[in-house]
Amino acid sequence: MIAEIGHAALIIAFTLAVIQALVPLVGAQVGKVRWINLATPVARGQLLFIAIAYACLTYSFLINDFSVRYVATTSNTALPLLYKISGVWGAHEGSLLLWALLLSSWTVVVSIFSKGIPKIMLARVLSVMGMVSVGFISFMLFTSNPFVRLFPAPVDGRSLNPLLQDPGLAIHPPMLYMGYVGFSVAFAFSIAAMIDGKLDAAWARWVRPWTNIAWVFMTLGIALGSWWAYYELGWGGWWFWDPVENASLMPWLVGTALIHSLAVTEKRAAFKSWSVLLAIFAFSLSLLGTFLVRSGVLTSVHAFATDPARGVFILVFLIIVVGGSLVLYAWRAPALRSVGQFSIVSRETGLLVNNVILATMAGTVLLGTLYPLVLDAMGVGKISVGPPYFNQVMLWLAIPLYLMMGIGFFLRWKKDTVSRLSRKIVIPFAVSLVIAVLLPLLFAPEQHGLTFIGSILASWVALTALLWLLNSTTSPFKLPASTWGAVIAHLGMAVTVTGITLTSVYSHEKDVSLAPGESYEISDYQFKFIGVTEVGRDNYIAYQGIVEASEAGKHLVVLHPEKRTYSQSSMPMTEAAIDAGLFRDLFVALGEPLGGGSWSLRIYHKPFVRWIWMGALIMSFGGLLAAMDSRYRRSRKVKLEGANNEK
Amino acid sequence: MMTKWIGIALLMLSVQLHAAIEMYQFEQPEHEQLYKKMIDELRCLVCQNQNLSASNAGLAQDLRQQTYEMVSKGQSQQQIVDYMTQRYGDFVLYRPPVKLSTVLLWFGPIIMLLMGLIVLMMSLKKRKQAMDEALSEEQQLRMKQLLDKGEK
Amino acid sequence: MKNSLPLIAFVLLVILLGVGLTLDPREVPSPFIGKPAPTFDLPKLYASTDSISVAEMKGKVWLLNVWASWCGACRAEHQVINRLVKNHQIEIIGLNYKDNADQAKQWLQELGNPYASIAVDHDGRTGIDWGVYGVPETFVVDKKGIIRYKNIGPVYQQDVDNTLLPLINQLQQESS
Repeated sequence: MIAEIGHAALIIAFTLAVIQALVPLVGAQVGKVRWINLATPVARGQLLFIAIAYACLTYSFLINDFSVRYVATTSNTALPLLYKISGVWGAHEGSLLLWALLLSSWTVVVSIFSKGIPKIMLARVLSVMGMVSVGFISFMLFTSNPFVRLFPAPVDGRSLNPLLQDPGLAIHPPMLYMGYVGFSVAFAFSIAAMIDGKLDAAWARWVRPWTNIAWVFMTLGIALGSWWAYYELGWGGWWFWDPVENASLMPWLVGTALIHSLAVTEKRAAFKSWSVLLAIFAFSLSLLGTFLVRSGVLTSVHAFATDPARGVFILVFLIIVVGGSLVLYAWRAPALRSVGQFSIVSRETGLLVNNVILATMAGTVLLGTLYPLVLDAMGVGKISVGPPYFNQVMLWLAIPLYLMMGIGFFLRWKKDTVSRLSRKIVIPFAVSLVIAVLLPLLFAPEQHGLTFIGSILASWVALTALLWLLNSTTSPFKLPASTWGAVIAHLGMAVTVTGITLTSVYSHEKDVSLAPGESYEISDYQFKFIGVTEVGRDNYIAYQGIVEASEAGKHLVVLHPEKRTYSQSSMPMTEAAIDAGLFRDLFVALGEPLGGGSWSLRIYHKPFVRWIWMGALIMSFGGLLAAMDSRYRRSRKVKLEGANNEK
Repeated sequence: MMTKWIGIALLMLSVQLHAAIEMYQFEQPEHEQLYKKMIDELRCLVCQNQNLSASNAGLAQDLRQQTYEMVSKGQSQQQIVDYMTQRYGDFVLYRPPVKLSTVLLWFGPIIMLLMGLIVLMMSLKKRKQAMDEALSEEQQLRMKQLLDKGEK
Repeated sequence: MKNSLPLIAFVLLVILLGVGLTLDPREVPSPFIGKPAPTFDLPKLYASTDSISVAEMKGKVWLLNVWASWCGACRAEHQVINRLVKNHQIEIIGLNYKDNADQAKQWLQELGNPYASIAVDHDGRTGIDWGVYGVPETFVVDKKGIIRYKNIGPVYQQDVDNTLLPLINQLQQESS
């Protein structure tokens, strides 16, 4: 019964989404005020019914209704409560419902926080977002219905993949989806501007906070995915350039270019067509990611569905949304030409160079991800493109990026000269070079070319970011939130690259076989294997290893790596034991019993690995600060005051 | 189409979801380094989204054993790569070989970057030129105005 | 014109993805097509002191069918293999891959033994030499000992009718 209600709610939401997509848009074209004003209430109605549908699905999970096929394939009576709730988005159909829910939520939030935006533009924005909703809801209704029944209903469900039975599941997908969906706002604003035929600094001021927030969620989502893979998969890796990982990195790279481009569009009324194009690309890449994960075109450990039929549907959706927007761009781009002028040496140019590098990085990830498909489609043969390619190529692109990040702060808007720039840069660069060379020499266990590269990039960006705070004539504390946000975000980048460099160069790993009582030492850390016991929990039993870790003889912690066998599957699963630290992680994974009480163990020492995600957190905080700049809220206050005064 | 992979799927069901831990002894540290590098850069053909290092598929275990034996015999990286590609094609390499068909892949990024920067510089120069021309037109107009004024 | 560049690039991308929907990214084509079959000299399943080698098959068109008793898809294709041998007198050598001899014999007793001989690949080394990465797989070898075709996955009747039989007939016409 509940599932049918959910299904019906989804159908109603679909109808409302169609109305939301068409009526305000037409109304804006022909000037029908009633139709224009329909946008907000219809969007709210759509959210209501999507929420009802979502609640129905969640309820089915909670009451173990295995007559709903999706619940039967994804859940199980023994599944802990947290995973019954988060398992709703654990597979294809449910994750689409989550997408739709977040999309309609963002739409309503945009309709609320839009006091300064002209009604016609708002109507167009909400309509475009409605079109995307139509796409996702129809995808569900026609090919991926979460409410399909299963007869006869099985006694118990197949359960959630043990890898997903982890708190990481509860946060990583929603965060990531908030990012993907958030970029639809900038996309919708771009379409609205193109239809309108003009775009000004005010437009950029409206779009920036939404884009910054979307970027923040995207950053967090990617970082969470990386962190989760690290501790869950048990081999110490944190990024594998898997097609689905790449599918999230591409919009992030373009989104980063977008937030910089929007800054210029707001401040200097320049880069208009760049901003529009980047907004289209960022969201298109989000949709492309959806396609790649669900169509079976690429193999991925993440693939939700490998169904070419579903793939066709999404491809058609992509053609309509992305193709339509690019046709609009080809037609309207001349109208968006910026009149802002700036000389060749200027901060504007610096930011354009930054955009080119970021776009190249995104293009490179796309190239590597799709290249095997290209060769296969041409009948040339099958190749694989993996970490060895991406790590090498992206490193080479990261170097100019980080260098530009530092230079950017010193460039003057509109007009600067090479001589002035060089004068300003020389000393900071020399200082950062000295720091970059000294730190590894003093503290690193051994020297390595990569260490110096990472170290110069990190110290250059960190130093220039701090200088930006200190160099301006105003006191740092009087600087606007957006400046602080930028500084902090750049610092975050420095922290992340430090983590990546140090963990890549100085990690140690060893497979050992230890009898009870035996020890092994890595990098001054001793690991003493005590033994293995058996433990049982809600839905699994496990062999639990006991390993005492000490540093230079001093006891640190007892680690409990586990090898779990879940009741619903015969596949054993490793849960590594990690002693997390600010400057290093100690990681132990349990292998196989070797007889006589001995077991094989994998031991890792991973220095600075947490800095990778800490940097991402710092970056996100910076982005959040920038989004909350009072500038964006000032216009509302002024408007309200003006309205009050008129009374 | 999906049923075609039942056999492979069954093979996969015996896969354990954790990295394999094997005790291999190496005579020289360079051997161990080469071994680790190879199993990192070779793709598992069963669990196709893992390298040989992470995969615990039966075939991955066999190929790791094979790699270990080759490394211990003193074979070079190229010899090991050749062995694998002879049997499984380039698909088994996560580092795509540089050949005619992959030239665009390996040089694409630098080409994209250079082209992007060149196009950028060219459009900035064009814009500057247009600005200068417009300016000089403006200057000419002003000069004319001044001259006209002067003549009166 | 330059404003249409993104659109043109997108169209190319869509074409690529459309073609991609018809392909199978998991399938690994064999690098042995057109190359000599790798040698092996393995003990037979039913006469473990005897051996079967690739060299013995020179001058004949034959199939190598890789199978195991633990493989469900092998079970599914076995009737097709049986029919192929019965109706067309094709010579098929079985490669018993990483299996237990008793279980293999039991399996054949239950499902039928169409093989001219069965080579036992106990540790999978021969499989690796042939580029086997899943079970079942079937290779077609010509009179000169060159591998001409590899069927990845189970052999279905339509594969027999549309691909294998025409190819085998063509190869029979060729000289050795």
